[in-house]
Amino acid sequence: MTPLSIAFLPLTDSAPLIVARERGFAEAEGIALTLVRDTSWATVRDRLVYGQVQCAHMLAPLAVAVTLGLSQAPCAIAAPFKLNDNGNALTLSAELAAALDPDPRNRVQDPVATAHDFAAAIGLHRRKPVIGIVHRYSSHALMLRYWLAYAGVNPDRDVTLRVLPPSLMVQALRLGEIDGFIAGEPWGSVAVAEGIGEIAAAGVNIWQRGVEKVLATRADWAEANADQLGQLLRALDRAAAWCDDPANREDVAALLARSDYVGQPAELIAQALAGRMPLMRGGEVIDLPDFLVFHRGAANFPWRSQALWIYSQFVRWGMVEPSADAERAAAGVFRSDLYRSALAGRGVAMPGASMKVEGSLANPLAAASHQGSLMLSPDRFFDGKSFDPQDISGYLHALKQS
Amino acid sequence: MRIAIIDDSGLRATILEEGLREAGFEEIEIVPPHGAFVARLERMAPDVVLMNLGNANRDSLEEMLTVSRALARPIAMFVDQSDEGMIGAAIDAGVSAYVVDGLRKDRVKPVLDLAIRRFNAFSRLQTELDAARTELAERKTLDRAKAILMQSRGLSEPEAYALLRTTAMKQGRRIAEVAEALITAADLFGDGR
Repeated sequence: MTPLSIAFLPLTDSAPLIVARERGFAEAEGIALTLVRDTSWATVRDRLVYGQVQCAHMLAPLAVAVTLGLSQAPCAIAAPFKLNDNGNALTLSAELAAALDPDPRNRVQDPVATAHDFAAAIGLHRRKPVIGIVHRYSSHALMLRYWLAYAGVNPDRDVTLRVLPPSLMVQALRLGEIDGFIAGEPWGSVAVAEGIGEIAAAGVNIWQRGVEKVLATRADWAEANADQLGQLLRALDRAAAWCDDPANREDVAALLARSDYVGQPAELIAQALAGRMPLMRGGEVIDLPDFLVFHRGAANFPWRSQALWIYSQFVRWGMVEPSADAERAAAGVFRSDLYRSALAGRGVAMPGASMKVEGSLANPLAAASHQGSLMLSPDRFFDGKSFDPQDISGYLHALKQS
Repeated sequence: MRIAIIDDSGLRATILEEGLREAGFEEIEIVPPHGAFVARLERMAPDVVLMNLGNANRDSLEEMLTVSRALARPIAMFVDQSDEGMIGAAIDAGVSAYVVDGLRKDRVKPVLDLAIRRFNAFSRLQTELDAARTELAERKTLDRAKAILMQSRGLSEPEAYALLRTTAMKQGRRIAEVAEALITAADLFGDGR
């Protein structure tokens, strides 16, 4: 058995890692998996960068930021496998949510109108709204910025974005330290269940296939340990498929509920797994079937174009100075090559390309695939724009004009 | 050299501060991560910021250090990226350090070495404290269980203790567990006190 350690944060989308360990998928591949639970992304990052763990559950943008050295000495990260798409919700205080459509369903289903309503509400709120984000370099923060900017809100000027660990968001909202937060599940559902917040937007309705967590390793470790990485990716592929199967939902929820994993009630965790959740306490349960995607539609395939979308947003918000080198380094974080070499010949649907225009599919599309049948899922952005990874500056220019 | 210790555990911060003072560092401030602590850090303008790796607020703290001017120039995570042995020791000990960029390595290394030793000392102390607390709690449980036996069965104290011990041996359990079970049962029967 090969021992491997993976650092993770207690979130619903750590499920594939937990299932790989607890349901025998890692063991079947000859891996003795140890999961190290942390409380901050900074500590997950440090453990990975300084070799205390071999792999980590990591925010996709953080993997890119660490590679580019945006907040510490650069360290080349490889992300050979996406752990999930989507899974985030924007939860607002009742006071702030009152300025939006009175029907919570309409808020979530019409992100265009809600963005405009939110923009109008900012000036009327008793203070500049303070919105909790989990990290500067998180998918959630990029999603929130994208959504706000659509309605003409400058996220660096018109609202205050405050970084808080996901597990402390609910308490901060209760105490009025923040007016809302965007975070991964189960924290939105916990706030709703406790009657202190209302879900006003779901990531899946802002970008239908939003890149979220990745399995991250050090690039040099991935090079030197190709066999072990291959074993792990095969275990994770099976674990992710298992997580996506509705028949296993209850089991996944019960596993995650354990105090050494997420430590929240199974019924709240199950809501995101099923994509069926109330948006306010006692409210109607609504269906968001792709609220959280673990496997279907080749969700685990690390499209280089998705790493470049992240890079484009870093440039957009002045987080990185644009350069050909930085662009190449960012694209190189998502290692579709390692995914292919680990999973080729195993009946896993395998896209023929490593880049695609993001946000161009309104309907499911059968895609060119080396093996298996591959159905790509609709991946539209809520504003109808699409991202061509070959023309980042054109894309950013178009965003500025709108 | 100005050193800020961001910590909300009074004991750990004190242990670290004492060590630093003994080593001859004088400008040390303990800053609990609450309220307007960033403003306080900005006024202090530390050269080194030390904090506990397990602090759930580390992302918030890092963000604040990034956007504020608390540290004069962009911060480096550890003293010397090439010294992985030391970094490993720091992570094991639960120390994270932020250092003003450009500060000489030989000036920071003793601070970090000391922080690692003191954090480890604190962990040992914590373990010992926990063990002492458990022992105290177990002794109280045992006393109560003996009292129940002495009262309900008219035994002497040595007899009560012997009974608990033989029961524990027969069941392959610890005396404290047997005592605990006895107290629970007595509570249920309404004669536990």
